[in-house]
Amino acid sequence: MKQEFIIAGFGGQGVLLLGQMLAYAGMLEGKQVSWMPSYGPEMRGGTANCTVVISDEEIGSPVVSQPSCVIALNLPSLDKFEPMVKPGGLLLINSSLVDREPRRDDIKAVALPATEIASELGNIRVTNMVALGALVQLTGIASFSTLEEVLKKVLPEHRHSLIPLNLQAIQRGAQEVKA
Amino acid sequence: MLGEKVLMKGNEAIGEAAIRAGCQLYFAYPITPQSELPQYLARRMPEEGRVFLQAESEIAAINMVYGAAGTGARVMTSSSSPGISLKQEGISYIAGAELPCVIVNIVRGGPGLGGIQPAQSDYFQATKGGGHGDYRLIVLAPASVQEMVDLTILAFDLADQYRNPVMILGDGVLGQMMEPVEFKDFEPVKIPKPWATTGRKGREKNIINSLYLDPTKLEEHNWHLQAKYREIAEKEVRYDTYRSEDAEVLVVAYGITARIARTAVDMARAQGIAAGLLRPITLFPFPTEAIAQAAEGAKALLTVELSAGQMVEDVRLAVNGKRPVYFYGRTGGMMPTPEEICREIVKVAGKEVAE
Repeated sequence: MKQEFIIAGFGGQGVLLLGQMLAYAGMLEGKQVSWMPSYGPEMRGGTANCTVVISDEEIGSPVVSQPSCVIALNLPSLDKFEPMVKPGGLLLINSSLVDREPRRDDIKAVALPATEIASELGNIRVTNMVALGALVQLTGIASFSTLEEVLKKVLPEHRHSLIPLNLQAIQRGAQEVKA
Repeated sequence: MLGEKVLMKGNEAIGEAAIRAGCQLYFAYPITPQSELPQYLARRMPEEGRVFLQAESEIAAINMVYGAAGTGARVMTSSSSPGISLKQEGISYIAGAELPCVIVNIVRGGPGLGGIQPAQSDYFQATKGGGHGDYRLIVLAPASVQEMVDLTILAFDLADQYRNPVMILGDGVLGQMMEPVEFKDFEPVKIPKPWATTGRKGREKNIINSLYLDPTKLEEHNWHLQAKYREIAEKEVRYDTYRSEDAEVLVVAYGITARIARTAVDMARAQGIAAGLLRPITLFPFPTEAIAQAAEGAKALLTVELSAGQMVEDVRLAVNGKRPVYFYGRTGGMMPTPEEICREIVKVAGKEVAE
């Protein structure tokens, strides 16, 4: 079993951290994982993306041309990565910032107002965690208790006070996409 | 961190591995895509009571390596392609003076300033000289973050054992990507260094030098170096194979490209093509014998690189005309997809493998 994710958005939306948390969660659950960032001359407001592979077996290519799942946190990311999603795959769209419908009808597209939810929670910077919660709910790629453990690992000690807010964002994201 | 899996970037993993291997001094100048390595060591080296020094230039850094290596300490520098070009004079001197050190090149696209995306276009520079004179580096090519750890530790040992600079040849993706790594408990190998300039204290003086004005002496020195390189070639070849036993199309690729090729081999197998992979881990010494032997059983070879075709020359020398050797490359920082490489395998199979 192998799942390949591309997570994309504006620089500053936390797409790299989202991907790292996904990879960490896979690792803690005993899977093989790889995380590869795009590393152009990027800056806040520019575009950023990362590729995460989670597999039961040794990972060959960390480069992916047909991801089983794409998270697009903004319109340029949707335009760029929608055509790449594997037929039957998942496309999670941040509908707060994207005002167009998906063009593909051979994939499962889910609209998630991630930025609005984050804003309701009082901190727009947890947009990525809302998306992560929805992703985990939709794919079952990791358990929510693992995500809590991951937060403790990826956030530096002096940021641990933010763990409850991040967990709340993950839960809200998951609730939002529950059928 | 011992015995526990942690998720690390390749660049950081090299840094931590160097510390575990007993690297005492690290001199560097930042450049994308390897800057996480100096960044990591800027914090970790002082924590361990060791030297981190950001030099004023790459040239300064390699000459600091030259000086520090002469004292017998374990020393490292790192850079990316344009910075490694700047270091070439120093590397030649270090090779001439037979000093051990580790040089990390996290390769980016060239020539010139080129770009900052991954490439393998420094193969010639790393394996065929780079600087002036008849010298060789030992060149190690990791293909995963764990291997960046393991080969960094090996690099320090080989450098000391052969009194020779060792290069770790990675690329932008390996430097930037994160994978789980494990640091095993081990004692760094301690090799006596009676040649080091540690303060004379009554013994015969040790001189570190690469200048031999008398041509008979310089020739003698060169034959000594060549004998050492032959010994390295006999003892230190390392490579890996994947589904190669019955391969009719044998792919030869190293580093990150070998990872992509491995997935492509599986894809080709799923289409009924007997594809396999041979991955050189040491680029010098090159696995010439292994490739020659594997070629016997294959119908054709396909070399894949992030360059316009450099290692393919060594593959052709190894095969020595007995089998056709095809090449597929991407350059400038572009990466092939597994599907792309699979298509090339299918093409080669169509030409060379009878139905």
